[in-house]
Amino acid sequence: MTNRLSWFIIFWLIAVFAFLYAPIISVVVYSFNASKLVTVWGGWSVKWYGALANDRQIIDAAILSLEIAAISSTLATILGTIAGYVLVRFPKFLGRTAFSGMVSAPLVMPEVITGLSMLLLFISMEQLIGWPQGRGFTTVIIAHVTFTLSYVAVVMRSRFLVLDLSLEEAAQDLGARPLKVFFVITLPIVLPAIISGWLLGFTISLDDLVISSFTNGPGTSTLPMVVFSKVRLGLDPKINALATIIIAIVAIGVIIATVHIRRLERQRQRDEQMAMRAIAAQA
Amino acid sequence: MAAVEKTTKQPQNKHVSAPWNDPKAEPYIRIENVTKKFGEFVAVNNVSLNIYRGELFSLLGGSGCGKTTLLRMLAGFEVPTAGKIYIDGVDMAGIPPYDRPTNMMFQSYALFPHMTVEQNVSFGLKQDKYPDSEIKQRVAHMLEMVQLMPFAKRKPHQLSGGQRQRVALARSLVKQPKLLLLDEPLGALDKKLREATQFELMNIQDRLGITFIVVTHDQEEAMTLSTRIGVMNEGQIVQTGTPQEIYEYPQSKFVADFIGSVNLFEGQIIEDEQDHVLIRSDEAGGDIYIDHGISSAPGARAWVAIRPEKIRLTKQDLNEPHNCLSGVVKGIAYMGNLSIYLVQLDSGKQIKVTMPNQVRAAEFMIDWDDRVTITWHANSPVALLS
Repeated sequence: MTNRLSWFIIFWLIAVFAFLYAPIISVVVYSFNASKLVTVWGGWSVKWYGALANDRQIIDAAILSLEIAAISSTLATILGTIAGYVLVRFPKFLGRTAFSGMVSAPLVMPEVITGLSMLLLFISMEQLIGWPQGRGFTTVIIAHVTFTLSYVAVVMRSRFLVLDLSLEEAAQDLGARPLKVFFVITLPIVLPAIISGWLLGFTISLDDLVISSFTNGPGTSTLPMVVFSKVRLGLDPKINALATIIIAIVAIGVIIATVHIRRLERQRQRDEQMAMRAIAAQA
Repeated sequence: MAAVEKTTKQPQNKHVSAPWNDPKAEPYIRIENVTKKFGEFVAVNNVSLNIYRGELFSLLGGSGCGKTTLLRMLAGFEVPTAGKIYIDGVDMAGIPPYDRPTNMMFQSYALFPHMTVEQNVSFGLKQDKYPDSEIKQRVAHMLEMVQLMPFAKRKPHQLSGGQRQRVALARSLVKQPKLLLLDEPLGALDKKLREATQFELMNIQDRLGITFIVVTHDQEEAMTLSTRIGVMNEGQIVQTGTPQEIYEYPQSKFVADFIGSVNLFEGQIIEDEQDHVLIRSDEAGGDIYIDHGISSAPGARAWVAIRPEKIRLTKQDLNEPHNCLSGVVKGIAYMGNLSIYLVQLDSGKQIKVTMPNQVRAAEFMIDWDDRVTITWHANSPVALLS
């Protein structure tokens, strides 16, 4: 009975892992394909990585995407943190319900609609006040801030919800003014959440295709847009190489984070044991 | 600093001096007709209270009685809907928490998790821009006092519950506030640690001469710690007094019942003279004679409160005209130092009697279902009109 059950579990385990990772593995394998035809195996080779390094279009797009992601997620983190804080710590102000709804609206809005409305906004703004002139880097940044801000605000809101209010009260009680309390007590304590909010925003911005397509201009094609346009013209093995590099970076990042978290956890356990021993010694 | 000097010059013995009985004494903290409403809910209802310098005053009450709200108004986290609060003669209206001469020890301790013990304790002094050398010296002194010197570089999560509590105490004391507010200071500690900490708190308070206001729901804690206790119920202070006064002379059924355990008999006043009062109680099944008057109208409804330890239990038939009832033992709880007897009176009422186990229990043969007589001294019960 137990034997049959465990075979059943192993079968599902394999099935689920295959479902999740088979596409990724096939991309990695095909990136080392010597053949120019993506679907035909022509032996092992790393030539597409060399070709990728010489493809200015992809390299430029990658740098542009990283720049956009870094700038927009930084701005979104600042605004989103303030929004999350206000939503938790200020129970009453005019238009609170509307604000709380609007902050999370882009989360549920189809991207096509967000992109289209941003485009219409930029066009009518240009007609009315002459800014922004045309579409490009600035408009893509603004659009990305708008929708990544929601993600950051949601992360920060839930962090502030569980933050013990008495910490801030204690700081005030000890003589710190509210602004100082925010910077010296509140911010350092929620810093991990701010970092994960920033990373979330960065990833989402880096990944975005639809909203960027609506709001970009000539010369500001982001990486997803370049990849997408190349794929439409037929599969390019360089894209496989690019995907493999991205997967490798992500995997290394995850591994480092896991190891680091484990080490912190072990450190914490050691500290606790030390505290327990100290008590025992005192008693 | 001034507070410390004063107490060293004229050492006070808090059991002898009782400024609250001296009409000329100037209260240090004055709470005048303070009310706090949250929407329709009245959390604190027209409370007036005088607290004197060097007192350790406890606000005692169940959850939701308004004691914490009152404390938070003193600290400045809540603004009174009506009424005034004076600390050392200064009206606190409009003064934010960071400008008040008070410090608070929070129930959750509220230690800053990203700072070491030392940084936590020095935080308050840094806000006041003291020179570094003085901060260092005062923090070291404080850590020495709470015996946390070896832990100065630790973070709060590296400490045990009792150590965290001492950090919180050190942090709130280091600025030498005029008034220290403590919100359930011993709530999170286990029983043994609590008892040790209680005495430590009293010691520190004695040495520094800082006025303490403690909020607690634990009557035992309030009894051991306090110079005086204010018992709160539904936003009001129902009685203020020393622990002895509160325990021995409760003024209402609520206080009698809330502090310690008590037997209550409902009855009717049939005699009320200067030197005694006689109450006929059908609930008790007899007359109760108390050796002090309560100045009420004869015929009025009254309650008699008697503490279980003030009742004597015997198997002899005493046959006194009053303060003498008979019944059957329905239960015995042996507690080691004392035993609790549940006695069902002939009237049907069940009462609690505690007797110290002066000799080994076997020699004092009162057993289940024995017929017993219960009696007490005429000055033991208290007559209550509400």
